[in-house]
Amino acid sequence: MAEAKVAPRPLSPHLQVYRWSWTMAMSIFHRATGIALYFGIALFAIWLVALASGPSAFEAVQWFFGSPIGTLILFGYTWVLMHHMLGGVRHMVWDFGYGMEAVQRINMARFTLVGSITLTVAIWVIAFLVF
Amino acid sequence: MAQFTLPKNSKYTEGKAWPKPEGASNVQEFRIYRWNPDDGANPRIDTYYVDRDDCGPMVLDALLWIKNNVDSTLVFRRSCREGICGSCAMNIMGGNTLACTLGIDECGSGAIKIYPLPHMPVLKDLVPDLTSFFAQHASIQPWLQTETAEPETEWRQTPEERSKLDGLYECILCACCTTSCPSYWWNGDRFLGPAALLQAYRWLIDSRDEATGERLDNLHDPFRLYRCHTIMNCANTCPKGLNPAKAIAEVKKMMVARAV
Repeated sequence: MAEAKVAPRPLSPHLQVYRWSWTMAMSIFHRATGIALYFGIALFAIWLVALASGPSAFEAVQWFFGSPIGTLILFGYTWVLMHHMLGGVRHMVWDFGYGMEAVQRINMARFTLVGSITLTVAIWVIAFLVF
Repeated sequence: MAQFTLPKNSKYTEGKAWPKPEGASNVQEFRIYRWNPDDGANPRIDTYYVDRDDCGPMVLDALLWIKNNVDSTLVFRRSCREGICGSCAMNIMGGNTLACTLGIDECGSGAIKIYPLPHMPVLKDLVPDLTSFFAQHASIQPWLQTETAEPETEWRQTPEERSKLDGLYECILCACCTTSCPSYWWNGDRFLGPAALLQAYRWLIDSRDEATGERLDNLHDPFRLYRCHTIMNCANTCPKGLNPAKAIAEVKKMMVARAV
């Protein structure tokens, strides 16, 4: 008897076609900022190592963090930290079963982005005013 | 590791543009995913034109119009045409929904794009293989389980106890939510997915059911339940307006409640 020949089944399109929603976007942002924080904490570690190594190393690191590129990196790190923190709060609220209705969940996802940008700018404005 | 791109045999190409209906003034363009297991070719996107003046208001009406008037080889599932059987679930304009309850007018302007439910093996055109989806539903043992001797009449429930099933019993297992979930895309072999977990909660919260402990034991697994990362695509896409994400959150709370 002849065997029926069936072509291997294709996988239907997913990321390629799925419409982005706020909750989906903020979920992947949370993952991405979480990964970025690993690199961000290295900045802090470098600063501490320089502090322990002596004045010349500390000078060099301080100079880098004070340079335009260094400032930009620190600014980005601040945003990553703020975004991941607000994302964590959002997920904790959801884990308690609150804020999951249609309008609430979209607004909470939006707030994560708006809030993190606002907090980041506020922190830097205060930093520049004070120091 | 999740694969974010499509495998080689799944990449789709531009397909055939079918002729426009003659003499029609109100024409809507559709771009529809096609795959035929018999020709050995990759999936393709065919373009169809539907005469709106000769066609019903829903996306399913348009699909039937195409099948009747343009291309009889177009394959899709459908049955009740009123949002209760769940057969015509598909990805329309980037979201999963039922073709029979989505109006053509609700799809915005431009061509209406239709794909099978995402990240599933395709049997033909818009028909995905749901074997694994239903096996996962079966794995949560979706029936009443009791130890108490059966009552003379039915199992009694107060109106309050019964109201806890609202928002759960309405699920028609159309698979829109499960196939909208990125976590399910990457771990669908071990993560049960929103539909099966909503069904699991429907039995967990049922006051008549006496297998709550065993049901929670079955879900106490890093993958079956805890691959849910509250992405909420399930709740955003459910054509019945249910909230699987919330049901899953309640299951997680039950897990914590019994542990403390």
